[in-house]
Amino acid sequence: MSTATLPGPIPHDHDVGRINYLHSHRGVMSWVYTLDHKRIGIMYLAAVTASFLVGGVMALLIRAELIDPQLTMLPSNKVYNQLFTLHGAIMVFLFIIPSIPAALGNFFLPIMLGAKDVAFPRLNLASFYIYVVGAIFAVISIVLGSVDTGWTFYTPYSVDTQTSVVMMTMGAFILGFSSIFTGLNFIVTVHKLRAPGLTWFRMPLFVWALYATSIIQVLATPVLGITLLLLAIERVAHVGIFDPLMGGDPVLFQHFFWFYSHPAVYIMIVPGMGIISEIIPTFARKPIFGYRFIAFSSIAIALIGFLVWGHHMFTSGQSEIAVMIFSALTFLVSIPSAIKVFNWTATLYRGSIDLKTPMLYALSFIFLFTIGGLTGLFLGALATDIHLHDTYFIVAHFHYVMVGGTVMAFMGGLHYWWPKMTGRMYPELLGQITCGIVFLGFNMTFFTQFILGSQGMPRRYATYDEQFQPLHAFSSVGALVLGVGFAITTAYLLWSLWKGAKAPRNPWGSLSLEWQIETPPIHQNFLETPVIEGMPYDYGVETGSGH
Amino acid sequence: MDKTFFMPRQASTMAAAVDDVYYFVYWLSVFFFALIVGLMIFFVIRYRRRSPDDVTPKITHSYALEAFWSIIPLFLIILIFAWGFKVYLQLRVVPANAFEIHVTALKWQWQFTYPDGTVTIGELGVPVGRPVKLLMNSQDVIHSFYVPDMRVKQDVVPNRYTVAWFEATEVGDHRIYCAEYCGDGHSQMYGWVKVMPPDVFNDWVAAGGIEAGNLPPVEYGKLLFEKKTCIVCHSVDGTGNKQCPDLLGVFGHEVTLTDGSTVMADENYLRRSMMEPNADVVQGYRAEMPSFAGLLKDDQTTALIEYIKSLGASE
Repeated sequence: MSTATLPGPIPHDHDVGRINYLHSHRGVMSWVYTLDHKRIGIMYLAAVTASFLVGGVMALLIRAELIDPQLTMLPSNKVYNQLFTLHGAIMVFLFIIPSIPAALGNFFLPIMLGAKDVAFPRLNLASFYIYVVGAIFAVISIVLGSVDTGWTFYTPYSVDTQTSVVMMTMGAFILGFSSIFTGLNFIVTVHKLRAPGLTWFRMPLFVWALYATSIIQVLATPVLGITLLLLAIERVAHVGIFDPLMGGDPVLFQHFFWFYSHPAVYIMIVPGMGIISEIIPTFARKPIFGYRFIAFSSIAIALIGFLVWGHHMFTSGQSEIAVMIFSALTFLVSIPSAIKVFNWTATLYRGSIDLKTPMLYALSFIFLFTIGGLTGLFLGALATDIHLHDTYFIVAHFHYVMVGGTVMAFMGGLHYWWPKMTGRMYPELLGQITCGIVFLGFNMTFFTQFILGSQGMPRRYATYDEQFQPLHAFSSVGALVLGVGFAITTAYLLWSLWKGAKAPRNPWGSLSLEWQIETPPIHQNFLETPVIEGMPYDYGVETGSGH
Repeated sequence: MDKTFFMPRQASTMAAAVDDVYYFVYWLSVFFFALIVGLMIFFVIRYRRRSPDDVTPKITHSYALEAFWSIIPLFLIILIFAWGFKVYLQLRVVPANAFEIHVTALKWQWQFTYPDGTVTIGELGVPVGRPVKLLMNSQDVIHSFYVPDMRVKQDVVPNRYTVAWFEATEVGDHRIYCAEYCGDGHSQMYGWVKVMPPDVFNDWVAAGGIEAGNLPPVEYGKLLFEKKTCIVCHSVDGTGNKQCPDLLGVFGHEVTLTDGSTVMADENYLRRSMMEPNADVVQGYRAEMPSFAGLLKDDQTTALIEYIKSLGASE
């Protein structure tokens, strides 16, 4: 489908379509009712960033309390438990799941496909408002008596506790629909709205990654919805599903929960991998190495990722046969991730590498995700998982993947596309220095926790043994450094909106489609439907050396 | 073996086997990390952008390389999987001659029941050099029995038995943690594995699992207050920052119950609060204390009451 075959737009609309999307319509209501995927992306960006900062403040409170082995700063263990629950729930459901797909993906997926918008613009706006409603439920639950179950809501504790579990799970239930609608929208958009000439194997890898992510969102999220609904029914109507006192099975909840939440780990990381696959070719001025392998590895991760949920339950008492199968499948899912890392590194070979802020974040991603991935081997291996399960080793491992991976990719993508989205340049040197601060703070905070966990420090502890204090204190100092890094980033990005230099059309010399259009993009993205004639990464010149 | 930079002490027969897997994966990871990040840093320095007009070669893919770096890791992960599974089976299969102890987990304490009926709280006495089988069950939510020095961890679930085993190799004390989040007292739900020579162990069980010695009642009560894990939920310093009532100065004063009535906190009230804790719940608190009926001998109950009385006296 292309705009050329549509009836011509009415003249007034045509004029609006030529103006940059920030100025095409005026007034608050033009944002509230907007159907423009770019504006919806910006609203998501504001919402997820606000959630990230709230979740981050909670992380700092947690780390401040953990400087001392005894409870010193917070009034009770319960408040500590509520804080780590909220930190997890906010970061997972309100920040990291929607972060890249709904904010950056919404903005750039249609542009990368050469389309005017997503397939269902109204559904797209509905996704955003459903997200807002879900977030409101989460806030109400905090006011009513904040949940203290951990973000995993394990039964029977979550049936037993006096806190507002129903309100919070309803929030997560509603947020799930936002996620499903976005995934559905993206799948249809990729299938139906590609520009002429944009074959599947000419699509940017960010689009492949979002496509794989959308498949998981659509297939896995309903299971979470049903599970949380069952939990709410059990609490409200006292139907015995998970609570053994009413004849239920508490371990069943873990199966249901991880059947969603392990694939959800890939909802969180695969879009980040997509961003890295965009940044590295641009700043190395090289075609991405092994395009098809990277594209298919996203799909492989999405599919195998559905079959490994039981590795969260090696100590739960499930049968040894199940444990063996889940361990084997878990190792299998490491291969596509490894392929990506090798291909990114190979792309750097004989490149012309420019260490701008997005590239520094991409290289940080490779460094940190490699550690996150390799430490997964300790957890996939059964003998060592028994010792390391539910210790700080796990906490460190998933923060290396989720923060060292996804958040670094999000930061890289944010800086990479900031000029295109806002029309302003961020301060480059400050960006590079801040990336260094974030990298340092992150490693101080979380590498320490690998040692803590190996030594046997269990997670979710408000108080702990004296022997762990030096490492905990060091980790807390790292968290402060990390917090300072994110605070500086927030400050200079906001500053750049007012005072930043005007951004040119293509500051990085990128070949992909989004950099060939106006900065900021016009309301309808393209005046004429583009015709795609090659790969998005056609950098370099043929050398005749046999490649 | 003493603790190392990464791992805690090795105090069970299985610890070394687990640590061998750990260190194999560790050095393999160090190698691949150094390879990937080393190449990355080398490329970044060697091929840094020297001018805006740098020309780069159009290298797009190599099936040979892709096959190479897919198949080598595949063999390595098969090796790690097989090794990890082999040691895991050893962790799971209980030796035939194991000494069986029943473990009951509840918010927030561990109870250990010995074949002769002796029950200890928070202290798992075991003989050195003999496998110990733990048959475990929870009274409320899911807990997880974790002894880092033994490399043992197993969830303890209500309405179902789970099993763990270990054989201690050296005499001494080893921390027990709860590794599955279970609420307010989760981080204080710990205990000790007390490894003893077999003859000492036999005497210890016969004596009811506690060494009172010739302590005066108040001192004995203070010891019991910690050993029987009362201290996890009750503060005794007037701060009231735990999930159950503070006991400083409670003796000899009237307390208000949930139904609004008041009762004098005398010896009999304190005794009833231990044996039938949910009969008279203090206003503002939940009925969640487990009963200690059958878990405390008479002299122990008396000693605890004397200790609680002493808390008021000094102020």
